[in-house]
Amino acid sequence: MNRFIAIIARDMRLAFRAGGGALQAVSFFALTIVLFALAVGPELTLMARIGAPVLWTAALLATQISLEQIYRPDREDGSLDVLVETTDMLAVTAFAKAIAHWLSTGLLLIAVTPILALFLNLEGGALWPLIISLLIGTPGLSLIGSFGAALTASLPRAGLLIAIIVSPLYAPILIFGSGAASAGAAGDPQYSANLMLLGAASLFTVAVSPLASAAALRFNLD
Amino acid sequence: MTNTPAKPKSIYEFANPMQFERVATRAFPLAVIAAMVLAGFGLYFALFNSPTDYQQGHTVRIMYVHVPAAWMALACYTVMAIASAAGFIWKHPLADVAAKETAPIGAGFTFLALVTGSLWGKPMWGAWWAWDARLTSVLILFFLYLGYMALWQSIPDKARAARLAAILAIVGFINVPIIKFSVEWWNSLHQPASVLRADGPTIHPAMLTPLFLMIGAYMCAYIAMLLPAMKNELLARRLVRAERASIAKPASLKTT
Repeated sequence: MNRFIAIIARDMRLAFRAGGGALQAVSFFALTIVLFALAVGPELTLMARIGAPVLWTAALLATQISLEQIYRPDREDGSLDVLVETTDMLAVTAFAKAIAHWLSTGLLLIAVTPILALFLNLEGGALWPLIISLLIGTPGLSLIGSFGAALTASLPRAGLLIAIIVSPLYAPILIFGSGAASAGAAGDPQYSANLMLLGAASLFTVAVSPLASAAALRFNLD
Repeated sequence: MTNTPAKPKSIYEFANPMQFERVATRAFPLAVIAAMVLAGFGLYFALFNSPTDYQQGHTVRIMYVHVPAAWMALACYTVMAIASAAGFIWKHPLADVAAKETAPIGAGFTFLALVTGSLWGKPMWGAWWAWDARLTSVLILFFLYLGYMALWQSIPDKARAARLAAILAIVGFINVPIIKFSVEWWNSLHQPASVLRADGPTIHPAMLTPLFLMIGAYMCAYIAMLLPAMKNELLARRLVRAERASIAKPASLKTT
């Protein structure tokens, strides 16, 4: 457990240092929303209708920005060897790395979501379903993404490759997350059903992603 | 003792790459002929000797090229996942090669299913594309194939690429049903009932004959495409090994 917390704390420190990439994801998230608004035009009623799906898509893309940073630097400086050699349960380590990614990316994105939601004319009743669906869904995104990062840990520039690999796997979480946010904003009774399916999809990634990441990491050592 | 190889006694002897090449060389023309004969009969029944649909008219004949393609798209992914699992567990190069060479063929079938589905959709739905649950999940399957192929291409070390691509194929395979269901629910939650009407009470037996013939033709075509691709890949690997050996030899001679 100590090791688990130590890995999370270490990755968090690295993420917030210069070149860590945590703030890049937030800037990317905000810029995507601004560019989208520029493309759509200043029509506030239209924005309120499509705001939740747009925020969900932008958040999903923003979590991909820092995925490359999860394992590649560790492999380059040799600390990945230490992480692999010093444990019998590499899956737990992979889980800690994914949680650290979520804390330094997903949680930050959720923190700025209320401001960006204002830009898109989402307020009051529409905001809470969006925040709750992001809180349940983004950990799943980090877990799937960290699996893509583990697969490509030995490649020098894998950012785009990770996006190509993990995007199809993101589909269920995007569908239920965006669906929950929209249904919640409209006061639709489908809200809770979507939320529960989103939880199921996220929990499923907890079961699969650490094991698959651990298997991938072992083959990425020299 | 003779020089001719012994008849394989177990399935494992087929796993010998040399044995595989001999079998593949003999099986390839058979697969080509079988595919052509089945497709010939299948297309004859499909185009001239099967009933038209009471609603769709002649357009229903697209089904005979579309449904087998969609079926093969899933079948190829299944083969890929099983071969990947076998390659992952027994670390056998032949299984890795089978998985690797199945991917582009499967992606081709998936593309064919999407194109024929789109051509079928235009007269039926009035649009080239509808975000129908089945079309959408097949489209995501297509991107899964592309990701798998991209991973193979990006990793220079073939042994490592095989292991990592195998993990991706297996994880993707676990995800296929989840994606399928999520897209189906997405569709039913966001849209009125699917544009595709329920597939009618039962399909007419006269339609089943050409459909099964065409499925058989597609399967034989898959085998006919897979065998030479696998042989080529095995040859390419042997060539790389031979090149490395010829580079290594003069260097060692010089030092002695």
